[in-house]
Amino acid sequence: MRVPVSWLRTMLPGLTASADEIGAALVRAGLEVEQIHRVGDDVQGVVVGRVLDIEELTEFKNKTIRYCHVDVGGTVHEVVCGARNFAVGDLVAFATPGGLLPGDFHISTRQTYGHTSDGMICSARELGVSDEHAGILVLPEDSPVGADVVDLLGLRDQVLDIAVTPDRGYALSMRGMAREVAAAFGLPFSDPAATDVPAAGDGHPVRIDDPEGCDRYVARTVTGLDLAAQSPTWLQRRLTLAGMRPISLAVDVTNHVLLELGQPLHAFDLAKLTGTVAVRRAKPGERLTTLDGQDRALDTEDLVISDDSGPIALAGVMGGATTEVTSTTTSLLIESARFLPVPIARTARRHKLPSEASKRFERGVDPELAPAAAEAAVRLLTELGGATAMGTTDVDQHSEPLVLDLQVGLPGRLAGRDYAPDVVRRRLEDVGCRVDGDDVLRVVPPSWRPDLIGSAELVEEVMRLEGYDSIPIVLPTAPAGRGLTSAQRLRRTASRALATAGLLEVVIPPFVSEDSLEALGGGMTPPRLVNPLAETEALLRPSLLPGLLDALLRNVGRGLGDVALYEIGVVFPAPGSVAPQSPSVSGRPTRDEIAALDAALPPQPRHVGVVLAGQRNGHPVDWADAVEAVVGMGRALGLALGTRPVEWGPWHPGRTAEVLLDGSRVGFAGELHPRVVERLSLPAGTVAAECNLDVLVAAAVAAGPVRAASISPYPLASVDVALVVDHGVRAADVESALRIGAGELLEDVRLFDVYAGPQVGAGKRSLAYSLRMRAPDRTLTDAEVIAARDAAVAEAGRLHGAVLRTA
Amino acid sequence: MSPPNPNPLDPDDLEKARDAALDAFSAVAVLADLPAAKTAHLGDRAPILLARRSLGTLPSTERAEAGKRVNVVLQAVQASYDARKAELEAERDARVLAEESVDVTVLPDRLPVGARHPLTTIQERIEDVFVAMGWEVAEGPEVEHEWFNFDALNFGRDHPAREMQDTLFVAPEGSGLVLRTHTSPVQIRSLLDRELPIYVICPGRTYRADALDATHSPVFSQVEGLVVDEGITMAHLRGALDHFAAAMFGEGMRTRLRPSYFPFTEPSAELDLQCFECRGASAEPGGEPCRVCSSEGWIEWGGCGMVNPAVLRACGVDPERYSGFAFGMGIERTLMFRHGVTDIRDFYEGDQRFTLPFGMEA
Repeated sequence: MRVPVSWLRTMLPGLTASADEIGAALVRAGLEVEQIHRVGDDVQGVVVGRVLDIEELTEFKNKTIRYCHVDVGGTVHEVVCGARNFAVGDLVAFATPGGLLPGDFHISTRQTYGHTSDGMICSARELGVSDEHAGILVLPEDSPVGADVVDLLGLRDQVLDIAVTPDRGYALSMRGMAREVAAAFGLPFSDPAATDVPAAGDGHPVRIDDPEGCDRYVARTVTGLDLAAQSPTWLQRRLTLAGMRPISLAVDVTNHVLLELGQPLHAFDLAKLTGTVAVRRAKPGERLTTLDGQDRALDTEDLVISDDSGPIALAGVMGGATTEVTSTTTSLLIESARFLPVPIARTARRHKLPSEASKRFERGVDPELAPAAAEAAVRLLTELGGATAMGTTDVDQHSEPLVLDLQVGLPGRLAGRDYAPDVVRRRLEDVGCRVDGDDVLRVVPPSWRPDLIGSAELVEEVMRLEGYDSIPIVLPTAPAGRGLTSAQRLRRTASRALATAGLLEVVIPPFVSEDSLEALGGGMTPPRLVNPLAETEALLRPSLLPGLLDALLRNVGRGLGDVALYEIGVVFPAPGSVAPQSPSVSGRPTRDEIAALDAALPPQPRHVGVVLAGQRNGHPVDWADAVEAVVGMGRALGLALGTRPVEWGPWHPGRTAEVLLDGSRVGFAGELHPRVVERLSLPAGTVAAECNLDVLVAAAVAAGPVRAASISPYPLASVDVALVVDHGVRAADVESALRIGAGELLEDVRLFDVYAGPQVGAGKRSLAYSLRMRAPDRTLTDAEVIAARDAAVAEAGRLHGAVLRTA
Repeated sequence: MSPPNPNPLDPDDLEKARDAALDAFSAVAVLADLPAAKTAHLGDRAPILLARRSLGTLPSTERAEAGKRVNVVLQAVQASYDARKAELEAERDARVLAEESVDVTVLPDRLPVGARHPLTTIQERIEDVFVAMGWEVAEGPEVEHEWFNFDALNFGRDHPAREMQDTLFVAPEGSGLVLRTHTSPVQIRSLLDRELPIYVICPGRTYRADALDATHSPVFSQVEGLVVDEGITMAHLRGALDHFAAAMFGEGMRTRLRPSYFPFTEPSAELDLQCFECRGASAEPGGEPCRVCSSEGWIEWGGCGMVNPAVLRACGVDPERYSGFAFGMGIERTLMFRHGVTDIRDFYEGDQRFTLPFGMEA
């Protein structure tokens, strides 16, 4: 809402505050002043001049060119002018050389059409006064020659640009703004809508068929509109300052009423109406050509105005072409109605037609305003357009206002300070409420405040008008809390472990494309967005890999070839479903209702993902870096993660492990499949890992506190074994066999050498392990150590065909 | 060829052996050769040691004097050895350790360097501020049902506020599933799941259908605070916010509330933070202009208010007995203020150069 300060001052004669002060007061009252535009400062050096003589220059074909002399009070300027609508002796707005017009247009002396032009005679549009450009602006005869036109026409003004929150429809009007300013500065306010209106009679027939869509319809008819009548400068200027374009007298008048009172009006050409005007929903198959020339198929939910010919307007949104007011219209039907928010909001959205009118109806228009608004329009049309007021119709079905009870102490109790009872009462009256009672106030909110529906809303009115800055500052004291949950702490630990291991955390938006999933092998069915920002972002990620690989490529593309990234974030592996129905909000939903809503949500586990490429502390990254990152993170969570070879999806079949927790898969780690690397143009040998962090964290939480080990003081007995196995036998399996075979005395096993070559034969590998043994209660004898070693080797032999290497 | 064993009774013999030892030690040039000389002159088979061993064969009348003589010589030889050893070690230290020295200004590159994202670490910092006051950290899903994201928060079906939110809807169409547009649905989940009183903070990811540019992102993070208890007032809201501002931006930082509108709070307020750059000085008469706050002295930080009784009712909480406040602010915005990030896209591109300087703590 653009609020010209000059307009405010005419409504509040006592207002002396500056634009900045008014703006600050409105901000305190909750109206967000986004900007204060200063107008008129861009017009300089324009003075009143009298035209002394005019010479018509006829030698220029098809052009009216005049060469004139203009007296600006002591100095006479010669000037060339293209307009013809002025005569010798007229007073005009003359821009002198060195002067300035809107648009940073500097005036200078120049040669044109064979003459010197030492300035410029201005049109209203050139001065930024109105849209009028038919000719130059002729000033009233009493204007003093030489006077500054900016001062004379009151061109200097400020416009407050105010963002109005959706609850405050009333503030989308000068009436509402003036009321707020009056309350802020303690000024008397006289309501421009408090006017006498004629009683209904002789009106055009009107019928409301849909009381859900409209609860009041006032129709006024006027005839005899002077076709030559134009909007006066003051009216054009107000509209221009408020951000609207002047069009014609009839349209300008309805727009002025809209801005002044907040009541959207619509003018129909009365001569084109046939029969009763009805407010109803559209019927199946009905169409309407709206004022913007669009032929629209109507929805049966659309609220329309109709006459005998069918729909003639989209109620509260846009008029129709068949009853449009044109340059030949002399009689009008002025519609001043209250359409209800829901149908208007839906129709405006359905037809993508947000308008000044729909914006106000959606927020709620004052149901008692319609007659006064229609009267204001009729008055302007009679005064400015020579029209004659004819009939009045008022179909009024609006409901009685609410009566709210308010404990007079409640505002203070919620603010944490006291407000005197008379302050509470006065502040409610400031916003237009009728207030009775003592301890419990009976409050009738004004008709223009449909947002005041309960005591909380009344409390806000008191608090905001008294100022939020008068509320004290008190730290709330919570009962003793339990701190972070174990899961929250462990998630932090996982992140720290990865960063400490030399990976950089990234945060990637979770939108992915079909293509990026296809590149990873496809087969994933994540949820889809109904209204994605771009088709390439239409899916929610089922995996962290697409985003991480994108980030990896971005780094490589920027010359940062050694990349080690991790992300911890939610993924969406499966779509959601439709919940049976939404619970009401009148009370707590049942357990079953909540469970049904939750069941419709897609699963949203938190994953951890890792990607690496290039060099990592001196070696080219390989599968082991990815495995180590995940297993190391698991260790930080107190979990011993295992690995097992796997052939799966986008992974290299020979260099990828599935990550195991107690034998169950929780993720993958290893090298990406060369096909994926090629398809995505990744650096050769790119490795990655992805695990379900929720599962890991839950396991770590379930494991409970760590049990301390009992530390044996007896000496260590260490014995090495080299085992020859077939190539396909996995080290991890051999190790677990050794553990089983060695039994309780075994403290640790370490693989310290892997050899394949002529000494062990083709298709074989030698795995050398160091077995570390210790007893809790004695020094082991050589015989015990040998026995345990032999048992370990025997088990490895039994399970995996391992043979003790002799050479 | 070894010299004949000195006769322990013959002072000349002993002196000769001593002189031979002293000469040998001083003749050693490098530390490595010293042990050989030591073996020759102080070893078990060295002349002086053999002489001492033969003392036992002497008649007891001569033994004492001869023993004294041998010991004097032995001590002299030992002292000579020790002195020479010290000399040679000093030489070795001076030369060899100098030769082994390295340039310790060459930073090692063995541990790869990692870092955590500032969005993560600042969320943890925020959590810690509130946990220290006894609050707890609440969580909720990112794909949320409209009932939690809108209905229960008092957004009517056709309320224009739903339009304001630029919601991203999740298929199937009409499922009522949305990417949560704010962290406020966690308020509802907290009210439904937790026992009163409630003191929770909830940081998390949120989504709007905003095209990506320097100051907008379809993905962003918010932190939501919710308190519901008996006797909670707007003064408590101001207290919590001022404490939070001071914890994030330094002692004495203040906040300002401006009346506003959110469906789920009533009264509602916009939350402004004192400009961290000029601390409000630019808005004073004659103050130096401030680029950060456009000389307004305040910066928009978030929204807040008293929990709307309609929200409490929808969650089965009696608004006659309990009252509460809620607040929410953008985490990226907080980081942008705190760390001078000028382009919101930097948070989401994954460029190593952005994350690395933040280390392990924002």
